[in-house]
Amino acid sequence: MKTNGIFASLFSVLFALFMLAPIIVVIGVSFTPTGFLEFPPSGISLRWFREIWDHPDFIAAAWVSLKLAFVSATVATLLSLPAALAIGRGRFPGRDALQSLFLSPLMVPTVVLGIAFLRFLTLVGLNGTFFGLMLCHAIIITPFILRLVLAAVTGLDQSVEKAATSLGASRWTVFRRITFPAILPGVIGGWVLAFITSFDELTVTVFIVNPSTTTLPVRLFSHISQTTDPLVASISAVAIAFTVILMLFVDRLYGLDRLLIGEGKR
Amino acid sequence: MTGQRPWLLSAPALILFAVLLIAPLIMTFLLSFNSFDFYDGIGSDMSLANYREVLGDSYFYEIFGRTFAIALATTVICAIIGVPQAYFLNRMTPFWRSIMVLVTLGPLLISVVVRTLGWAILLGNKGVINTFLTDLGLIERPIRMMYTSGGIVLALVHVMIPFMVLAVWASLQRQDPATETAAESLGAGPFTVFRRVVFPQVIPGVLSGSLIVFSLSASAFATPAILGGRRVKVVATSVYDEFMNTLNWPLGAAIAMLLLLSVMIVMISWNRLVERRYKEVFE
Repeated sequence: MKTNGIFASLFSVLFALFMLAPIIVVIGVSFTPTGFLEFPPSGISLRWFREIWDHPDFIAAAWVSLKLAFVSATVATLLSLPAALAIGRGRFPGRDALQSLFLSPLMVPTVVLGIAFLRFLTLVGLNGTFFGLMLCHAIIITPFILRLVLAAVTGLDQSVEKAATSLGASRWTVFRRITFPAILPGVIGGWVLAFITSFDELTVTVFIVNPSTTTLPVRLFSHISQTTDPLVASISAVAIAFTVILMLFVDRLYGLDRLLIGEGKR
Repeated sequence: MTGQRPWLLSAPALILFAVLLIAPLIMTFLLSFNSFDFYDGIGSDMSLANYREVLGDSYFYEIFGRTFAIALATTVICAIIGVPQAYFLNRMTPFWRSIMVLVTLGPLLISVVVRTLGWAILLGNKGVINTFLTDLGLIERPIRMMYTSGGIVLALVHVMIPFMVLAVWASLQRQDPATETAAESLGAGPFTVFRRVVFPQVIPGVLSGSLIVFSLSASAFATPAILGGRRVKVVATSVYDEFMNTLNWPLGAAIAMLLLLSVMIVMISWNRLVERRYKEVFE
């Protein structure tokens, strides 16, 4: 394979700069000792990181986001796993329709999903509740998990399962001892991707929260809509650090490209 | 696996989707036909009044026009940058490739709100870019980038480009490297090889990437809301205003349904076009 020339390398460097610029700027600004946004910062200070502790609303919102992401990713995984086994293994009428249905939240504009959930939750009296929020998030993140688990299921060699069955293992034992361990990387990859997607979700969530269930992205969004101060930058910097740690973990475990392309290649 | 079992396994997810996705979407569709009164709230009568209001108002034409212009510009720029970047990515050594994959895909996992905040800091009148250019003496007065469509496009390109790079890269990996070697051995220069041999083979990837980028950009909310504010409205932000500020839910629902419809029409006709022209590639 040919390697890249000088033009290609320059292009890639500029591209990397473009991709990283907004992230570097946010992190840089968060260390400013002054009361306004400046980049590069005139000094290094942790003033705005200390300031986070004086804003319990942001900390509460971060906790809601963490809990929400954890619970909805787990619920969506528990629902997607059997569905992925059915779709990946079965040849039954309605299979394609079922798969399209479970992937459809990716097709509908998120703002449409947001108002649909708002309308529904208001009518059934669940608007603004953590439970309602959790169910909506579970729907939005199901496609991400389903794609990864489906890829794991279809990439699995069925002869091992057949061998186990012929040796007298029950269906449950086959699943527990053979199928599940084999698709586990896909399941974990899907769970992490779903967790991050739920943690970052704004457009749907902004319609269906109330002050007590406000998530971190919604809280940041409403703050930024009024004013931008170094406080949002320091909170964002903490969120970036959290994401980077999670990302490096996933990259080691599963491969970032595989996770985001959603195919069981390699 | 046949018979009842697949349905039994899918039942939990199916029930959730039927109750919390299908039903709400139908209810929102019906809501878009209801009337609204500032004092009495949402009426139960059905009419096309909301659609007449949207389609008969040049204000909404401007918003829809701007939304699709922004989405189109974002798509074209993503293709122009994403295609060469995917090509270079494919030719990198494994070490540099894994770093560039992290750089390209990593931002996808960082909240759009955070990334847009970064662009707001960069693009402001006293922002990083304007200060830098003024200090260099290149400009006298700051260039206005916040609250413009151009600023929104720039930030959207940043959000969407990973999808384009991924799509093009996937089609590059399917291509046989021998075709490039053959062209080179016949005397073609690097640019000719790219233009005549590589590019035609990645067109399906560009087209599927474009579809993702276009539909996501057309319905993007956070980026235009933060960088456009109240001055540069797009469809998604005007739906938000109708629902959360004006509280005219039926009108907001009608705008949202028109967005859904127009995105669907673009997607379906795009797919038709791609399938007809590149049928052999996908088989």
